[in-house]
Amino acid sequence: MAEVMELNYTISNEDFTRAGEASSDVKKKLKQLGVSPDAIRKVAIALYEGEINMIIHAYGGKITVTISEDAITLVLADKGPGIADVEKAMQAGFSTAPDKVRSLGFGAGMGLPNMKKNSDEMDIKTEIGVGTTVTMVIRI
Amino acid sequence: MTVRDLANIEEFKQVSDMTDTEITKVFCCDLLSIAMGKAPAGSAWVTVMANVNTLAVATLTDVACIILAEGVSLENDLIEKAKEEGIAVLKTDLSIFDSALLINKSL
Ligand SMILES: Nc1ncnc2c1ncn2[C@@H]1O[C@H](COP(=O)(O)OP(=O)(O)OP(=O)(O)O)[C@@H](O)[C@H]1O
Ligand SMILES: [Mg+2]
Repeated sequence: MAEVMELNYTISNEDFTRAGEASSDVKKKLKQLGVSPDAIRKVAIALYEGEINMIIHAYGGKITVTISEDAITLVLADKGPGIADVEKAMQAGFSTAPDKVRSLGFGAGMGLPNMKKNSDEMDIKTEIGVGTTVTMVIRI
Repeated sequence: MTVRDLANIEEFKQVSDMTDTEITKVFCCDLLSIAMGKAPAGSAWVTVMANVNTLAVATLTDVACIILAEGVSLENDLIEKAKEEGIAVLKTDLSIFDSALLINKSL
């Protein structure tokens, strides 16, 4: 796996029925590439939580997955409302999820903590009214 | 005990296709991001949450099967999706607690 591989996905607004498709597809591709199950699980969890957040809290967005020899980098960029207080958003249990999505099983306030826990590096760039870009690196 | 063995227990009814995956543990949770972070691979996941996201979480965490408790079931198009993706789904009229107890006893 010498060369770098890039996968791109567009996540549309409120598309719950397709939520998880990008993560499932990435999971399949990593399996084919022979990436360790442990790393695949981390990527799958981190990416799914990010994908769902883009749908629930923003208006969809773009995902770029870069697979290199020693790491998988996930970049999730949305043009949503932004996050007012990132530190607070990162706390386990903090959630602004509306009732509509809580009834689907979301809103535990565990998505961002899961993303943090499953990645080796995580960075959130966000601006109110402009959008949020979450970058995660999982070393393989 | 495999997923197929579980389907042979009277209280559990088959919803999608069964597999020969060995069940290692029982896991109970209805909040998806907690299940996402905590569901052990190979576990039987007992929940009352029956939507497309339940299927996504099951695939991504590699649980052995989903057990829908309290008489909950999947809509037909989701049953098709579960079959397509090879996710074993069962249902029961038991509560989450009683389902988990019964599975655990049978492991
Ligand atoms: N892409 C985003 N754009 C805007 N706000 C976001 C975004 N991602 C997260 N947030 C904010 O951070 C909060 C915490 O996110 P987190 O994923 O941890 O929990 P949640 O999505 O509310 O619930 P869960 O992920 O457990 O289903 C959200 O409720 C939301 O206010
Ligand atoms: Mg979330």
